[in-house]
Amino acid sequence: MLRRASMLLACRPILAARARPFSTDLPAAPSADATFTEAWTKVIPNMDPPKTPLSFMQPRPPTPSSIPSKLTVNFVLPYASELATKEVDMVIVPATTGQMGVLPGHVATIAELKPGVLSVHEGSEMTKYFVSSGFVFIHANSFADIIAVEAVPLDRLDVNLVQKGLAEFTSKLSSATTDLEKAEAQIGIDVHSALNSALTG
Amino acid sequence: MASNAAVPFWRAAGMTYITYSNICANLVRNCLKEPYKTDALSREKVHFSISKWTDGKPEKPTLRTDSPEE
Repeated sequence: MLRRASMLLACRPILAARARPFSTDLPAAPSADATFTEAWTKVIPNMDPPKTPLSFMQPRPPTPSSIPSKLTVNFVLPYASELATKEVDMVIVPATTGQMGVLPGHVATIAELKPGVLSVHEGSEMTKYFVSSGFVFIHANSFADIIAVEAVPLDRLDVNLVQKGLAEFTSKLSSATTDLEKAEAQIGIDVHSALNSALTG
Repeated sequence: MASNAAVPFWRAAGMTYITYSNICANLVRNCLKEPYKTDALSREKVHFSISKWTDGKPEKPTLRTDSPEE
């Protein structure tokens, strides 16, 4: 009985993989539903049919057959959009698995970010931001969406506050009792040491 | 299938990702230089009113102004 269950599990994903392509390979959904617009104009010929969110969105470009020369980056924060469809040569993101360099043609990846430095390379210029945490979604068509809760250029950080914070959290870790306090102190140490190495390194 | 291999230390201590992410963001904001620091902290302030409901009726609402540390 268990063998049959595992056989079913093994067969199912293969069929699913064949039937469901990645989102960048699907044709773009039509922005206006034809049956709806017809029904609307029959009943209310004087008013334009309402626009749906899909008509405001630009469909994502499909995966080109040859590797594009530039990476298109969308770097957004909750309160602002730092870079919107900017074409760059490379970005280096601080993923939890280490500093990850993203070039055009990178394999589609979802990576969680740890507190660290994000650098955007365009020609000979490089802009660095310190990112608190977030995610990066790299799509097969060389689009990268970087979302962060807080990202600041390095020159807005104060070295003294960083070192004071590091000392404070190191002492908090030694005096912490519950698991939660220890976790918070450890987070403080991680963030402050990342800030420190970003400012001094 | 791997069953929850190595969980991050904050998850093991019972913290959710959102809490972790907000703590990291607050720590970074507290290390900013002066005009940016007050801008960031004022941007993240919330001001809201809560009212508990009993027997289908709202009680007197309380106003709360929480700063990002909480």
